[in-house]
Amino acid sequence: MKWGVVSFPGSLDDRDALFALRDVLGQDAISLWHKDETLDGVECVVLPGGFSYGDYLRTGAIARFAPIMQSVARFAADGGLVIGICNGFQILCEAHLLPGALTRNRSLSFVCDWVTLRVDNSKTAFTRAAGDGELLRLPIKHGEGLYVAPEDDLRAMEERGQVILRYVDESGRDSDESNPNGSMHAIAGVANERFNVFGLMPHPEHAVEPMLGGDDGLRLFRSIIESAS
Amino acid sequence: MIFQVKVFVTPKGGILDPQGRAVEHSLKSLGFAQVDGVRVGKFIALNVEAASGAEARQVVTRMCEQLLANTVIEDYRFEVGDG
Repeated sequence: MKWGVVSFPGSLDDRDALFALRDVLGQDAISLWHKDETLDGVECVVLPGGFSYGDYLRTGAIARFAPIMQSVARFAADGGLVIGICNGFQILCEAHLLPGALTRNRSLSFVCDWVTLRVDNSKTAFTRAAGDGELLRLPIKHGEGLYVAPEDDLRAMEERGQVILRYVDESGRDSDESNPNGSMHAIAGVANERFNVFGLMPHPEHAVEPMLGGDDGLRLFRSIIESAS
Repeated sequence: MIFQVKVFVTPKGGILDPQGRAVEHSLKSLGFAQVDGVRVGKFIALNVEAASGAEARQVVTRMCEQLLANTVIEDYRFEVGDG
């Protein structure tokens, strides 16, 4: 499967995403530059983590207008698979390819930790290799991961199953203590209504080998590979 | 004509504002018990060239909607000075 990982000025995790895809999963993954205007025939676009354009104004607000984002928006409108990780999630929200927004963590502190996540919809292209209710361990590292959306929108998203991943404790329950950033409804990852665009704050690309502390990130990448084949 | 514009962006009512809450808490710790409803936002100053004040207001509205504010979570208002 052919993947494209976008690098914006200030992206940090593009190399790790390429490593995960190429070296661990044996995929054909190319690097895409923010000034590129075409996606070179990729089947899935990855918007990686980092601090694109210095996170000036709001996280993802400037990156959203990079030339490549027009192609990404068209690709998504045609049903192409797009996954945004951390800053990539923030960019997708700013671009209105995903609902809601990400704001400053409730604690006002940057959080860097491993979290437990519950898969609340395993029928998507991004989670089909996991089971409903399955728990994943992935790292997070962000200052602005508090997911917000108007309550009415959240209710509709919950009904449609757009909340894919939720922060939970080790027994799989979401509580105030297991919510690392204060996200509404403990949301860690959401999809659009068509389920071809997915954003999440945790980093699957940093959890691809036991040596890195865990390899649950592979579950998400393998889901995408399965759905493309 | 060049118009001087002041844009104010604030978190929408009902949207959690952890910065505002922290500042409010801090003000109260300093003894300002009478303070309430602190919201922390952004102030953006810019100059805009336009034929009239009405045109300037129209352009700035577009700037706010497209980039300066994220209307999912933020409100904006602006003041356009004399040209």
